[in-house]
Amino acid sequence: MSLFTRLRRDYPVLLLAIPGLLIIFAFHYFPLWGNVIAFQDYQPYLGVGKSLWTYLGNFSTIVDGDPEFLNAVKNTLVLTAIQTVIVFPAPIVVALVLHSLLSNRIRQFVQTVIYLPHFMSWVIVVAVFQQMLGGTGMINNWLRSHGYDPIHVIGNADAFRALLTSQVMWKDTGWATILFLAVLSQIDRSLYEASAVDGASRWKQTWHVTLPGMKPIIILLLILKLGDSLTVGFEQIILQQSAVGAEVSEVLDTYVYNNGILGGDWGTSAAVGLVKSVVALTLVLGANKLAHRLGEEGVYRG
Amino acid sequence: MRRQQALVGGMPPPSRIESVVKAIFLTAICLVVVVPFIGVVSTSLASPEQVIKSGGFVLFPTHGIDWSAYKSILSGGTVTQSLLVSGFVTAVGTAIALFLTCTLGWALSRRGSVGNKPLLLLVLISLLFNPGLIPSYLVVQQFGLLDSLWAIILPVSVSAFNVIVVRAYFVGLPAEVLDSARIDGASEWKLFWYIGLPLSKAVVAVVGLFYGVGYWNSFFGALLYLNDSSKWPLQLVLRTYVVNGVEIGAQDLGAAGEALPPQTSIQMAILMISIVPILCVYPFIQRHFAKGVLTGAVKG
Repeated sequence: MSLFTRLRRDYPVLLLAIPGLLIIFAFHYFPLWGNVIAFQDYQPYLGVGKSLWTYLGNFSTIVDGDPEFLNAVKNTLVLTAIQTVIVFPAPIVVALVLHSLLSNRIRQFVQTVIYLPHFMSWVIVVAVFQQMLGGTGMINNWLRSHGYDPIHVIGNADAFRALLTSQVMWKDTGWATILFLAVLSQIDRSLYEASAVDGASRWKQTWHVTLPGMKPIIILLLILKLGDSLTVGFEQIILQQSAVGAEVSEVLDTYVYNNGILGGDWGTSAAVGLVKSVVALTLVLGANKLAHRLGEEGVYRG
Repeated sequence: MRRQQALVGGMPPPSRIESVVKAIFLTAICLVVVVPFIGVVSTSLASPEQVIKSGGFVLFPTHGIDWSAYKSILSGGTVTQSLLVSGFVTAVGTAIALFLTCTLGWALSRRGSVGNKPLLLLVLISLLFNPGLIPSYLVVQQFGLLDSLWAIILPVSVSAFNVIVVRAYFVGLPAEVLDSARIDGASEWKLFWYIGLPLSKAVVAVVGLFYGVGYWNSFFGALLYLNDSSKWPLQLVLRTYVVNGVEIGAQDLGAAGEALPPQTSIQMAILMISIVPILCVYPFIQRHFAKGVLTGAVKG
């Protein structure tokens, strides 16, 4: 069939696709063009057309290691490390416990409760934490009324990382169990039966049957996490940054926002954003390749 | 045979210690999630005397229930205004997003039509990268959407992930039904609107709820694109008065001249009205979603 006849046949399908594709194009592909300002001394009143070209000038912030930029990189990596080591395994543990429950009713009840915080916005989560842990919050009120010293968490730079971590865990640990539970329910039951006949305890079964069964999904999620490793808690941090200062709270995304959109240093911020995107994409593709080398499925084949 | 006891799901039954440890663990988790919410509800409803006496927060309203905090924020003023904005953005945004997502998902589900594979690839690749903060801002600015509510509706109105989820569902519809309708002369639009959509109510509902929750919760887009505070959605007002602790005066509320309830009660009431709509749709999401996210992940 010629292209023309196929077009005549299929144009109603294409018509249906157009509105959605336009949005994806306008807000996902078209913005890529905006990265040219990474190579300019961009001034909003001049626009992209008239701003002066600086070529690689903006990238000197990265190459020469501007202290503020390095601080943002450091904080980003520290937070990512914390989230990989502490936040990532938490839902695996919860999923294992939930999966081992004998009562479906209890399992569903717990699931209903722990999925809920995922649907709360960061503004709500931060507000709720201030309620609980703030200077006049519920916990400190209780401590004071029982004669203990109040704890100083909100607005305390030293406790900021712990605060961020506990917020992320409160919000998303429950929700993250969904995928693990789905995988757990698909592990072949005969493996458990065979190992039980061979005398394996519950603990041994978990170690030798359950965890190997979860390996592919764990690797897949770690790959996705690696791709996201330069992106940590943007909204969450923006909301709480003013109370603790940039020293502990500035991450790459907030650096781009604070310096570019608020500070007016558009070119440099765009350069940082561009490098970040490229590194992130490389990380995903590289990690996926690595997973294939290790004989795992990865995110996609190819 | 070493073991005569019945296996449960292929595992020996748990020991007593294991059961107790698990019970404590799960109870603790549930309490950590639920107690803060109870505190918020109670403080928003407690009587002013109790709130002041307890130093700000109340776990259980023991002195009767007092709706004055809600009355003061809902009687006109900043909070009421932002509630209307959020309602508008959520309703209009969800309708538009659902329409765009379903039409695109439908078109991509028609395998073998012209350009099907490249277009699908175009959608899939967009999942791999993020355009970045500054480029996105420049585009919104260029389209003249700064300070317009469309700036927080349009950019997020097509989620590639949701398109893939919807498409996977459409692909699975029985071909015979669609073919017979086509033989009867139904146009592509009629197939989509009168057959495809009604057969896919469950997945459309879930995706719709997700867009709805997303719009209701959207915060950063508004912070980025809306300078005019009269257009602020609830989340930004929440940030101003609750997270940043800006004092709420009578001029911000509709109830000028009256004695205001304690600040904490008002703050908790604002927090509650941003939580309640989510709580209302949560049972539906919870029932359908676990399935939805998995079809997307498995078939995508």
